Amino acid sequence: MTIIDKNADVPAPRTGDAATPLLEVRDLHVEFHTRDGVAKAVNGVNYTVSAGETLAVLGESGSGKSVTAQAIMGILDMPPGKIPHGEILFQGRDMLKMSNEERRKIRGRKIAMIFQDALSSLNPVLTVGYQLGEMFRVHQGLSKKEAKAKAIEMMDRVRIPAARERVNDYPHQFSGGMRQRIMIAMALALEPELIIADEPTTALDVTVQAQVMDLLADLQREYNMGLILITHDLGVVADVADKIAVMYAGRIVETAPVHEIYKRPAHPYTKGLLESIPRLDQKGQELYAIKGLPPNLLRIPTGCAFNPRCEMAQDICRTEVPTLHRVTEQDGSELPGRGSACHFWKETIHG
Amino acid sequence: MPDVTKTAVENADPMAATAADAAAATGPAPQAEKARSLWGDAWRDLRRNPYFVVSGILILLLLLIAVFPGLFTSASPTYADLRNHYLGKPEYGKVFSAEWLGYDGQGRSVFARVIYGTRASITVGVSVTVLVTVLGGLVGMIAGYFGGWVDTILSRLTDVFFAVPFLLGTLVVLNSFTDRTVWVVSGALAFLGWTQIARVMRGSVITIKQADYVHAAQALGASTSRILMKHILPNAVAPVIVVATIALGGYISAEATLSYLGLGLPTSVVSWGQDISGGAQQIRTAQHIMLYPSIMLSITVLAFIMLGDAVRNALDPKLR
Amino acid sequence: MGRYVARRLLQMIPVFIGTTLLIFLMVYALPGDPVRALFGDKGADPTTVARIRHDLGLDQPILKQYWDYMTGIILHFDFGNQIASGRPVRDVLGEAFPVTIRLASLAFAIELVVGIALGVWAGMRAGKLADSLVLIFTLLLISVPVFVLGFIFKLVFAFQLGWMTPNVQDDTNYSQLLMPAIVLAALSLAYVARLTRTSIAENLRADYMRTAVAKGLPRRRVIGVHLMRNSMIPVVTFLGTDIGALMGGAVVTEGLFNIHGVGGTIYESILRREGTTLVGLVTVLVLVFLFTSLLVDLLYAVLDPRIRYA
Repeated sequence: MTIIDKNADVPAPRTGDAATPLLEVRDLHVEFHTRDGVAKAVNGVNYTVSAGETLAVLGESGSGKSVTAQAIMGILDMPPGKIPHGEILFQGRDMLKMSNEERRKIRGRKIAMIFQDALSSLNPVLTVGYQLGEMFRVHQGLSKKEAKAKAIEMMDRVRIPAARERVNDYPHQFSGGMRQRIMIAMALALEPELIIADEPTTALDVTVQAQVMDLLADLQREYNMGLILITHDLGVVADVADKIAVMYAGRIVETAPVHEIYKRPAHPYTKGLLESIPRLDQKGQELYAIKGLPPNLLRIPTGCAFNPRCEMAQDICRTEVPTLHRVTEQDGSELPGRGSACHFWKETIHG
Repeated sequence: MPDVTKTAVENADPMAATAADAAAATGPAPQAEKARSLWGDAWRDLRRNPYFVVSGILILLLLLIAVFPGLFTSASPTYADLRNHYLGKPEYGKVFSAEWLGYDGQGRSVFARVIYGTRASITVGVSVTVLVTVLGGLVGMIAGYFGGWVDTILSRLTDVFFAVPFLLGTLVVLNSFTDRTVWVVSGALAFLGWTQIARVMRGSVITIKQADYVHAAQALGASTSRILMKHILPNAVAPVIVVATIALGGYISAEATLSYLGLGLPTSVVSWGQDISGGAQQIRTAQHIMLYPSIMLSITVLAFIMLGDAVRNALDPKLR
Repeated sequence: MGRYVARRLLQMIPVFIGTTLLIFLMVYALPGDPVRALFGDKGADPTTVARIRHDLGLDQPILKQYWDYMTGIILHFDFGNQIASGRPVRDVLGEAFPVTIRLASLAFAIELVVGIALGVWAGMRAGKLADSLVLIFTLLLISVPVFVLGFIFKLVFAFQLGWMTPNVQDDTNYSQLLMPAIVLAALSLAYVARLTRTSIAENLRADYMRTAVAKGLPRRRVIGVHLMRNSMIPVVTFLGTDIGALMGGAVVTEGLFNIHGVGGTIYESILRREGTTLVGLVTVLVLVFLFTSLLVDLLYAVLDPRIRYA
């Protein structure tokens, strides 16, 4: 398949015009209505992803990073989930205002998702060939036979050895790494414009993690796709991401181009995360850990949600919610793409 | 993230499965609370379950009736007055009196018989359950823990007893006895009834045997009996309790069926099954004779099944 | 697969022997004498009793009797003769089984269709009103004993509404068998509904269901292929094992509606101590049970690839 063919299939230009990003999330809120009250999982998230760009969304469990992704994908359980306000613009159109059928046609074809645990995310009683081929049969109306041929082709593309022999195998017959490749093949099947990968390597052996991540990055480049990489692993991010959004208690607390964040974090939470990575050159020293636990989403602390765990917290942090400030150099010169939701970002980055 | 808090939130709303991310973080609030055990958690859940509350109250009431039937009626269940009361119609105004639910074909008070019949049903139900739990539990635990040829033999033995049709087999056994007391009937039911518990227990023990704390106890040189009693039994018993509670209702129903067929309790014992059977003769003219023992029987079975259901849901939130 | 079937068949042999022996012992070793029972309460001439016992082979050791009986069945398909009438038990079987098979298959169809329909309906709406309604309905079906349910049906549909005859007069007429079949199916139907409901509700929350939605599959495909294929595994297993139970468990139902099938014949044989008839009928039931469990195991392996290759 040549590039020209591909463009003929897909009318919307891949690179688009610079003014409309591929995906734009605006002031997204998500809450879950549970027996114990309303859990506010996402509280006003904004981010954009352009074609060919990789955005890494970083945060602990419960920071709202996966929930945001599920909202984009349209696979939130509603109820108990609810999106009280916000917009999710895909190629300039608000997906939250689309009909179910319109959204369904975007899912899998234009936006695809890779889940964390491939073993439970693949249907245990259907062959991988069937599950891969289903994409072509449903979205492109191919016959069973054609779909199987396509499935083998996709398995080849994600470098699964002996694809032709293994196409009729079941998910449990593959190793963890191979299963995750099948998930990737399924997500890439229709060459979508945006891929959301929710902790794609967390469930894998460390040795396999790098292989899978490299594969994903290669294919992303090849197809010039937008990629949202959700992770809590700072190590994974450094190699593949273009920019980073750090989430805490349903908000973005810091945004930055990838390499800058490691050098100079502008939020105490990011700083804490970076310091808690074990480093060989500090062998023998006690490992840093952010004190306390992630906040209860039923009762998010007033002011800055991070204040009970923050070493720099002052009175203002307990009363006022910090907005995402633009981060600048000490002399006031622009730092493009950087932002921090901390009242004391200056002290953090320059202090 | 401690596991305990996560479970707590998942209990709070099992529907929020895809919201695991959100749910996980809602946890830390109970930081101050003590880490709860499976049973503590289950109990907290049960108290809020209306099915549990209703069935619990019903069962307590039934137990009270079974132990002290005289508290509920002053009429005698065996006093027969054919001349005055033959097929007497119920007099619903006279609540709790002998004539409240009418009289049967021998002129006996249906209400008194319904009340006094409780004891036989409850006794059979409870004693069969105790017997099968002990017998089945023992077989299942030994088979599951020791494995190998012990397991093979015990499992095949269980299969053998399981393959005999339950009701038919019990009828065959009971037909050999002329003096069918409550204990004979219970024994006959338990004779073929223990297989279910044995299978559940075996499965449960096999799972738990592989747990790290059991390996740890073995490595520390704990005796087999200690491991079985202290480590395996307390953790394997939950599904057994659920199955046993639900089965208890089934045994009460089975006893009534046997008595209905004439091979259960003898006529000298007041029992619902026999009264229903007797009432069946008059089904077209005096439905009340059959109706009230049937209702009592059904309520009793229902109470135990509801209780078992509630306990299962509390112990295994996955099932909801 | 072939080896698996062979292994399961081999495993069945000791269970078959064990179960038939157990039944044999229950029938013949327990107190009570079928020959003496022939003469009722009058008591019989001891020499006559001894002669009949000898003719029937009842004076042999029990294991010898068992051996003779089983070889008779296996080698000559000979189930012996009835003690009282001397009629071959094979003929009795030939009369009783077709009736029971008709009744059981009708009950099975009802249980399958209604049970699964109710279960899917409740499972898709777990926690909602429909779910609670089905839960309460199934609880009632489980709690009301079969003989009570049978009488309620008779009273309402036969005596009061006059829709059907209280007893089955023609056991080849399926419309007459309908009411007994519903009564027979009631308990299993409730179990099927609850099992389906639980299975559906559990699988609805499974990760692969989320994946199926994320793939952009239409809802009917998500439900029809991904959900059903997984949810029906335990249900099919239950349905399979229930075939045996439906055939053997019809004692009460057959008695209630005056149907002369296996259950009724067995019940009569128990009361009359017709040992040979009893053992013959129950042996066939055990065979049906063992055969269906094998079938279920194989079906399970077909439906769930994780078992197949384990």
